[in-house]
Amino acid sequence: MVALLTIVSGFLLVLQHISVGPYLMLVGALILLVMLIGWFGSVIRESVAGNFNSQVDVSYRWGMSWFIFSEVMFFAALFGALFYARHFAVPWLGETPLLWPGYNAIWPTAGPGLHEQFTPAAAWGIPSINTLILLSSGVTVTWAHWGLKRSNRLQLKIGLVFTILLGVIFLILQAHEYLTNDFSLNTGIYGATFYLLTGFHGVHVTLGAIMLSVILGRVLAGHFTENSHFAFEAVSWYWHFVDVVWLLLFVFVYWL
Amino acid sequence: MTTTATLDTHAHARPRGIRRWLTTTNHKDIGTLYLCFSFAMFLFAGSLAMLIRAELFQPGLQFFQPNVFNQLTTMHGLIMIFGAIMPAFVGFANWQIPLMIGAPDMAFPRLNNWSFWLLPMAFLLLIGSLFAPGGAVAGGWTMYPPLYIQGGPGYDMNIFAIHIMGISSIIGSINIITTVFNMRAPGMTLMKMPMFVWTWLITAFLLVAVMPVLASTVTMLLTDRHFGTHFFDAAGGGDPVMFQHLFWFFGHPEVYIMILPAFGILSTIIPTFSRKPLFAYHSMVYATIAIAVLAFTVWAHHMFTVGMPIAGQLFFMYATMLIAVPTGVKVFSWIATMWRGSITFETPMLFSVAVVCLFTIGGLSGLVLAVVPVDIQLQDTYYVVAHFHYVLFSGAAMSIMAGAYYWLPKWTGHMYDEKLGQWHFWLTTIAFNVTFFPMHFTGLAGMPRRIPDYALQFADFNMISSIGSFVLGASQILFLYIVIKCIRGGAPAGARPWEGAETLEWSLPSPLPYHTFEVPPVIK
Repeated sequence: MVALLTIVSGFLLVLQHISVGPYLMLVGALILLVMLIGWFGSVIRESVAGNFNSQVDVSYRWGMSWFIFSEVMFFAALFGALFYARHFAVPWLGETPLLWPGYNAIWPTAGPGLHEQFTPAAAWGIPSINTLILLSSGVTVTWAHWGLKRSNRLQLKIGLVFTILLGVIFLILQAHEYLTNDFSLNTGIYGATFYLLTGFHGVHVTLGAIMLSVILGRVLAGHFTENSHFAFEAVSWYWHFVDVVWLLLFVFVYWL
Repeated sequence: MTTTATLDTHAHARPRGIRRWLTTTNHKDIGTLYLCFSFAMFLFAGSLAMLIRAELFQPGLQFFQPNVFNQLTTMHGLIMIFGAIMPAFVGFANWQIPLMIGAPDMAFPRLNNWSFWLLPMAFLLLIGSLFAPGGAVAGGWTMYPPLYIQGGPGYDMNIFAIHIMGISSIIGSINIITTVFNMRAPGMTLMKMPMFVWTWLITAFLLVAVMPVLASTVTMLLTDRHFGTHFFDAAGGGDPVMFQHLFWFFGHPEVYIMILPAFGILSTIIPTFSRKPLFAYHSMVYATIAIAVLAFTVWAHHMFTVGMPIAGQLFFMYATMLIAVPTGVKVFSWIATMWRGSITFETPMLFSVAVVCLFTIGGLSGLVLAVVPVDIQLQDTYYVVAHFHYVLFSGAAMSIMAGAYYWLPKWTGHMYDEKLGQWHFWLTTIAFNVTFFPMHFTGLAGMPRRIPDYALQFADFNMISSIGSFVLGASQILFLYIVIKCIRGGAPAGARPWEGAETLEWSLPSPLPYHTFEVPPVIK
């Protein structure tokens, strides 16, 4: 908690343009990292030592499921903002000619007051390729899981490596798309919803890829058996969740 | 089991002093930490309320400029909600849920430690924001833009405080849900669980569902403030009303988060002192679930005056009225439990009966406010202030007091001072009504809230309210004294000081040993 406080205080200082802010954030992030490594390290040691019984395993399953549910609600609020803006806020702005006469309230829009011209992101370029990439990564992680269950360690390793690679390619393409877009976070409600939704999704892909890498490291170290590998399953659940969010993003942010 | 793995090491070398409390993973220790923290925040936010009432003692500006006054009302609300009421219930959950379901500890003891220690950090930021340039948030605990977008660095501290306590709440709730689903003693089926456990299970579900929404929403505020987004700015195609929809989608379930555990405490205490089982247990469970489901469909009744289609107003009005049905089921069930019971009135029962009466007043004034045309008249008047203090103070806070008197003998091994407890009860109940009942009248007469000055016609009622509030505040010092006295000593409590108490914790000795139910009890 000290770590989080440090991160947050650093961020506060950044927002106030005070120069030590970024360093403070970095220190906080490092403390958090050390804490997490220590924490998960001892959980892994206890697990390897065989301290965990089936009741603990079930607890982890409940815990992870509800954590993913809380993430679902986090994205639900962002999608809610998108739907509200598209179906209520923007059309209502078009119906109030006294305020902004001549405003053409058609999505995508940067709003009536900004007078910004931009090309919205197209669905069938990079985003459709990214959809294929993430869907196939969902397949590879499941294939790796089959490998683990059948004690085929080679299949497990190859599956994991491919999943991580696909995740990284996704992120590179996403970054490329961000750099070539001619609209920004400041482009009215379209830019705001676009970048917050895809941005938070990107953060989750990054986290997922890091978690998969940790799992790969543990696989290489010989951890997990065909019956006991909850950490692997938890990360793959998380990965599938990130997949599903992307599908919704693709449909509602890019396509429709 | 994780619990035994960690508990065993603790049993051998348990740190003493401050390290014990910093590193503890014991549900009883963490429950105590939550309760102490919440008591401190209760007294702090209560003293802010005393300052508010001091300013409102007479018309005109006496002590504070309007901006400072508004900071006081905002911080009073935020700290009471997130610092006093919610952590108090989490404290009860930590102490009682493992005991009531026959579990050795919570499912995730280490996460439990983290979720508590996040809270002091969050409140360091929140209370610290009072001293930031430009002061703390002054636009009310609801944080509405566009005012919120224009505030100083104190507002950012507020956002981050909410992020941190959101993380704390989510982790705490996941822990509670997992504990209830997975740590019950053999034979303790879901429909045999005490009502308190049921209400907390449903509360935890609400928390996991809506705290992330609040986190998202304040993140949008943050990007609007600093990164040039236009979520809540009409010039960019956004809408400040959208904030209100998002906020109240969190905010209304939050109201039930603060009252459902109180219902659980009442449903535990009333059967004990009526010496009868809870009337219609199954209906109570279903009513609680119904309240939780309906909680997601009523949020816009907080927004009748901001403008929405008539169909929307009608939907939210009827949905809100529908909530009175399961709530009514609960009130009738408590009354039916008392009916023909052999009732004794020890302090916990006095508080519980008072809660049933006073909460019903708050519920009925809520029903009045649900009617759109009436609400449009009463929006932002003292009638609303009276309404939510009847549900939150005489509903939630007084249930917490009832629960504290009820379980203190179990936790400390000493009986509290019954005479002083009854003094505390009568002082609190009378002073509470003197403070808040006149607000119904000033509100109906049109006195607006969140303003430090008022028209002369409201002077008498405001003076009565202020005097009541000072007595109310002072009597909580008596409560603090009673609690400390009870912790330090008193008549030994015995395993089961209340003869009608049936739940599992009373089968254990008082004070409770550090580790309980290492071998699960057998449930008939």
